[in-house]
Amino acid sequence: MEKVGSVLVIGGGIAGIQASMDLGDSGYKVYLVESTMSIGGVMSQLDKTFPTNDCAICILAPKLVAAGRHENINLLINTTLEKISGKAGNFKVDLKQKSLYLDQETCTGCGVCAQECPVEAIDFFNEGLSKRAAISVKFPQAVPLVFSINQEVCIGCGFCKGVCKAKAIDYTLKDKKTSLNVGAVVLAPGFDEYDPEPTHHYGFGKFPNVVTSIQFERILSASGPHSGLILRPSDGIIPKKIAFLQCVGSRDKKHGAEYCSSVCCMYTAKEAVIAKEHMPLVQPTIFSMDIRACGKDFDKYIDRAQNEYGVRYIRSRISSVKEISESNDLILNYETENGEIVEEVFNLVILAVGAMPNRSTKELAKTLGVELNEEFFCKTKPFSPVETSKEGIYVCGMFSEPKDIPETVVEASAAAGAVNILLSEARNTLIEEKKLPKEIDIIGEPPRIGVFVCHCGINIAGVVDVADVVDYANKLPDVAYAEKNLYTCSADTQTNIKEKIKEYNLNRVIVASCTPRTHEPLFQATIREAGLNKYLFDLANIRDQCSWVHMHEPKEATEKAKDLVRMAIAKARNLIPLQEQHVSVIHKGLVIGGGVAGMTAALNLANQGFEVYLVEKGDKLGGFSKNVYQTIEKYDVQGLITDLIKKVDDHKLINVFLNAKINSIGGYVCNFTTRLTQGKNKEFKEFQHGIIIVATGAHEYQPKEGEFLYGNDDRVILQSELENLLFTNSEKINGAETIVMIQCVGSRNEEHPYCSRMCCSEAIKNAIKAKEVNPNLNIVIFYRDIRTYGFKEKFYNLAREKGIVFIRFDQENPPDIVKKGSRLSVNVVTPKLGKISIDTDFIALSAGIVSNGEENEELAKMLKVPVNSEKFFLEAHVKLRPSDFATDGIFLCGTARGSATISESIAQALSASSRATTILSKDILVTEGIISKVNPALCIGCNRCAEVCNYGAVGVRYEEGKMISEVNPLLCKGCGDCAAECPAEAITMSHFGTSQIEPMIAEAAHVEFGNGRPRIVAFLCNWCSYAGADLAGVSRYQYPPNVRTIRVMCSGGLPKRLILQAFLEGADGVFVGGCHIGDCHYIAGNQDTLRRTRDIESKLESIGINPERFLRKWVSASEGKLFSETMIEFVDKVKKLGPIESEYKNKSIKVSK
Amino acid sequence: MTFEPKILGFLCNWCSYAGADLAGVSRIQYPPNIRVIRVMCSGRVDPSFIADAFIHGIDGVLVLGCHLGDCHYLTGNYEAEIKMNALNKLLQLINFSERMRLDWVSASEGNRFAQIVSEFTNQIQKLGTSPINNKEKNSEIRDNLEAVKNVLEDSRLRGLIARQRELVNDGNVYGEQISAEKFENLIDEVIQNEFIRQKIIVKIKSKGKSVPTIANEIGVKASEVLEHIVVLRSRGLVDVDEINEEIPTFISIMGG
Repeated sequence: MEKVGSVLVIGGGIAGIQASMDLGDSGYKVYLVESTMSIGGVMSQLDKTFPTNDCAICILAPKLVAAGRHENINLLINTTLEKISGKAGNFKVDLKQKSLYLDQETCTGCGVCAQECPVEAIDFFNEGLSKRAAISVKFPQAVPLVFSINQEVCIGCGFCKGVCKAKAIDYTLKDKKTSLNVGAVVLAPGFDEYDPEPTHHYGFGKFPNVVTSIQFERILSASGPHSGLILRPSDGIIPKKIAFLQCVGSRDKKHGAEYCSSVCCMYTAKEAVIAKEHMPLVQPTIFSMDIRACGKDFDKYIDRAQNEYGVRYIRSRISSVKEISESNDLILNYETENGEIVEEVFNLVILAVGAMPNRSTKELAKTLGVELNEEFFCKTKPFSPVETSKEGIYVCGMFSEPKDIPETVVEASAAAGAVNILLSEARNTLIEEKKLPKEIDIIGEPPRIGVFVCHCGINIAGVVDVADVVDYANKLPDVAYAEKNLYTCSADTQTNIKEKIKEYNLNRVIVASCTPRTHEPLFQATIREAGLNKYLFDLANIRDQCSWVHMHEPKEATEKAKDLVRMAIAKARNLIPLQEQHVSVIHKGLVIGGGVAGMTAALNLANQGFEVYLVEKGDKLGGFSKNVYQTIEKYDVQGLITDLIKKVDDHKLINVFLNAKINSIGGYVCNFTTRLTQGKNKEFKEFQHGIIIVATGAHEYQPKEGEFLYGNDDRVILQSELENLLFTNSEKINGAETIVMIQCVGSRNEEHPYCSRMCCSEAIKNAIKAKEVNPNLNIVIFYRDIRTYGFKEKFYNLAREKGIVFIRFDQENPPDIVKKGSRLSVNVVTPKLGKISIDTDFIALSAGIVSNGEENEELAKMLKVPVNSEKFFLEAHVKLRPSDFATDGIFLCGTARGSATISESIAQALSASSRATTILSKDILVTEGIISKVNPALCIGCNRCAEVCNYGAVGVRYEEGKMISEVNPLLCKGCGDCAAECPAEAITMSHFGTSQIEPMIAEAAHVEFGNGRPRIVAFLCNWCSYAGADLAGVSRYQYPPNVRTIRVMCSGGLPKRLILQAFLEGADGVFVGGCHIGDCHYIAGNQDTLRRTRDIESKLESIGINPERFLRKWVSASEGKLFSETMIEFVDKVKKLGPIESEYKNKSIKVSK
Repeated sequence: MTFEPKILGFLCNWCSYAGADLAGVSRIQYPPNIRVIRVMCSGRVDPSFIADAFIHGIDGVLVLGCHLGDCHYLTGNYEAEIKMNALNKLLQLINFSERMRLDWVSASEGNRFAQIVSEFTNQIQKLGTSPINNKEKNSEIRDNLEAVKNVLEDSRLRGLIARQRELVNDGNVYGEQISAEKFENLIDEVIQNEFIRQKIIVKIKSKGKSVPTIANEIGVKASEVLEHIVVLRSRGLVDVDEINEEIPTFISIMGG
């Protein structure tokens, strides 16, 4: 049977999106099936994400848009799987799309229908905390942006059809069935939160002030029901004392499930921190049994929560919650660790609800014939973490086990990696390449601009006089044609735009409508189809940032719309065609590190037919896992390693270099060159490859001389040594009476301020094994927190059932070991039992995982990638790009990234391979069009560009004494930071460069207002602040019409000169908006904004401008309200300061400049 | 001195107005308290006119049209019935429903006209003057009536009322008939919610107030008030005024 080059992905959460993007980028046709109305999943509901406090929607929304517009991804919303037949490589699937009662292609998402709908329904996106119309969109940033009718509440009045100018609504549309052939299926159906309502667990559903953590997430969200104010449901007052109860529905066989949900400890800490950030008067208290902060940098986050934010942690599990009926306050009774009984009153109680299997999964598993485990999650095995029981069907994300977002993203790519092996022969068979006409050469031609002004039904035309704007545009220089459209984005208008380009010989096109963030790619594609380079397009945002935010000032809004169009025209005159470069890819990979992760990655690539160079510094493959015998689930690790080594050795496409030392790595994505010496004879090798996977691993912490008597006494051994004894020489412990284990040796201390993630499970694994070897053995485990996350919790319970004793100690009071005759004695002061002493025969130290330190630093320098303070490699984005480096073409997996189990390392290896395959599968890699360019003639060689570039894309180097300064178009992401930094102005940022922005500033600052000034010029970064301004529009948060916005890709791409230019041109106030520190789309461009704008602030005074006229503020994509408030305040402030002329004479500032 | 109520009558041109004329021609006497506004059809009487009348101190309002089935415009009086039914629901909430009466008088029923006017005048006389005319406690009544008027001006509710006959009798866009009972429940719910929302707006028109204060003033549970505030904020009608320690206050803003 022939294999089919397409994949069905079920579930449009972050896992489904990531898997689809990887597969789509690797040459497969993808059908992404989502049961609700938008992709985005639970992540779209979250306010912030731990441990970076990144705004969830800021980082997710660009991914949603990219997935929605991906040429190889077909989004099927409101759709479920009905039937499947066939087998791996060639399945037939039957899908059913429930009717939306409107035509998805025609709906423009304008939202007029929802405003007119007379019926209210519960808003499930806001977890029931607000209402929405019966016709609605799931959330403002939904992809696709399509409304749908909730048939359960719709009364069929027909209003929506009456007001829909796009004529999208059709009440007669029936459910649609489709059949598809796909080669593989990826399952990513996600999870449900535990529902405490049916049992009124902790009074939920009875007491208004008991809410779930996901409800609280919406309460915190700036775009949630309370716009980010923390209000308690009973009376709308800000709760001072908030109690967070952990493990609701988790680690609880009676309510919910036995396993640990893995994410609650961290999201609770985050919610507590964010609550405190929103409202400093809040006093959060977290009640938990253990604090399971076992991911990268998680412990540091908990420390900050406690020490910086004053979050109080109490080790206790609350048994019940009582309410004081008059005040609706809640009484918690709890027992502290030292046995004290306390009664405390709280204003709000938040239940950290666990992750349950999605209610649809039982049915789904049955349809697919996929086995579930006893918890009704998808059954997987530790060494094949993304394979289901059925060949050709893969799983990722929460469906196989509770896990956080980075692990989910890793698995999503890993599932794509597994598909790659199955379907590589059918790659590129089903994707279509669009035939485009040859580009018209416009160089040297005077600009002939076409302007298309959109009514957007009544969204724009209801406020702005569109006809007036068109007349105005028609009179402006270089405008060859202007017209108005009911919906400029509709399919017939696209045809019309193409015709008009031909008819009027247009060489620039402007659309005045909604936001470029969602619609620019559509119009760019349209003009490209008409033969124009797609960069000859610009969009004037007269809806989200004009008609929607000045609804009650039609005259001013119309004036602003004209200004925005004039600004866009000013930019368009200087737009030039940009060429994306095409670079051929060397279809070979370099994998550094021959452990489980490295071998898995190498095999994955080789099995797809790519040649691999596998480089290992030691004399054997196998890595640290050579010291491990079994997983906690009793899977044979030694067998796995033997098997992997054999497969690697036998594979024709894998070249193994042992005892290898890399001397240099040069080049860039698609074309790297590596030089190394290998073998005992230090043989020199040089080879080319297209990608690099870093899998250099880590090692076990070696206790210092005398630490816990280690090295002074043979009976004190490492956990790995105990494992060796248990599996190879178990009679040695037969005579023993007692074994004591000490956790967190070399972890979670000042030297290693992180959790090693697996030591708790390793200790429990060995303890259980020891009990099996010698059932009479007493085993005591001294721990700080037991971190058996996910299904590992079962083994913790099993250990306790077997009589293994767990005793907690505090970091300040570690166990003290003394020799006592023939035995050893462990003395500890514990929080619960006070001072205790235990005699023992053996002591096993659970030593943590430490990075390869200097070795990592050396390699990092060679690769120009970062390491964190513990010298683990630092990925591009801890949440959404866990397997990538910021530098293209270099990927990361295994314990080189941070501590991970074998199973997790395998998933990461598959993930890194999948990410690498998105490059290796292409013959030609196409670069970004919007990049920086250096004029070498102007370069002074200061290399400041290299300092601000976070991608290693620009810099000065010397070859044979000759200075070469250039931008690598393959690595440049187009933020413009280097251009803003260059003191010689030798670097030009394309499309958003000085020649485009400067004329916009002039137009923006020359505005006259009928109602008086101020004129405000606002520079907004594309990813956060501009998106925040759009959200203000979507939410209809009004602000004064004095602001003229200029979009830049990154606030860091804004040179100081342009900010001052705005003042010079006559702006009364200048605003610069960027992402919050840490949230920058370009990693840290806003740090440079901060530095530059601080400089401006300090200098304005001296050149005669009141510094109050300048404002820099971080506004995220979810902070529409904040944007509007900021504008109101700033306009007000500048208004009081009066026109700028009152402060300086034009002459003096010109001199200053 | 007996109380002489001010009665306002909306009379349809073709039946009731003619009926009133006939009463005159026939010299049938009735109390002089009524002032008549002629409309072409009882269906033309916007319920918000009546709220407006009450705000201006009218003690009672009569709406008279052709008998059902006799409408000069075929179904105008059915529409009047639906509109007055919705109005009645609102007036019940503020104890005003007895001050309004809808009835049918044909062109030949001069007697009936006089009888209805007499009865109604009598009834209002017994009820006494509209509480809005009581200077000491009229502000609460005024707030209530303003709220009622605003509810009646809400386009969504008006739309629903306008579609009621069609949806119940002929079926909706999916071809399903909606039972009269279900529709009544829906209207009840919308009226309840919108009335509370409008009352909230009236209460915070000039001064920001906290949720418990509003709840206390309008006699609705604080948790419900918060839910309504969420809706009003999303419609751009209400915003946070200020936050004093842990107590945020909300104020109505121009918009919508």
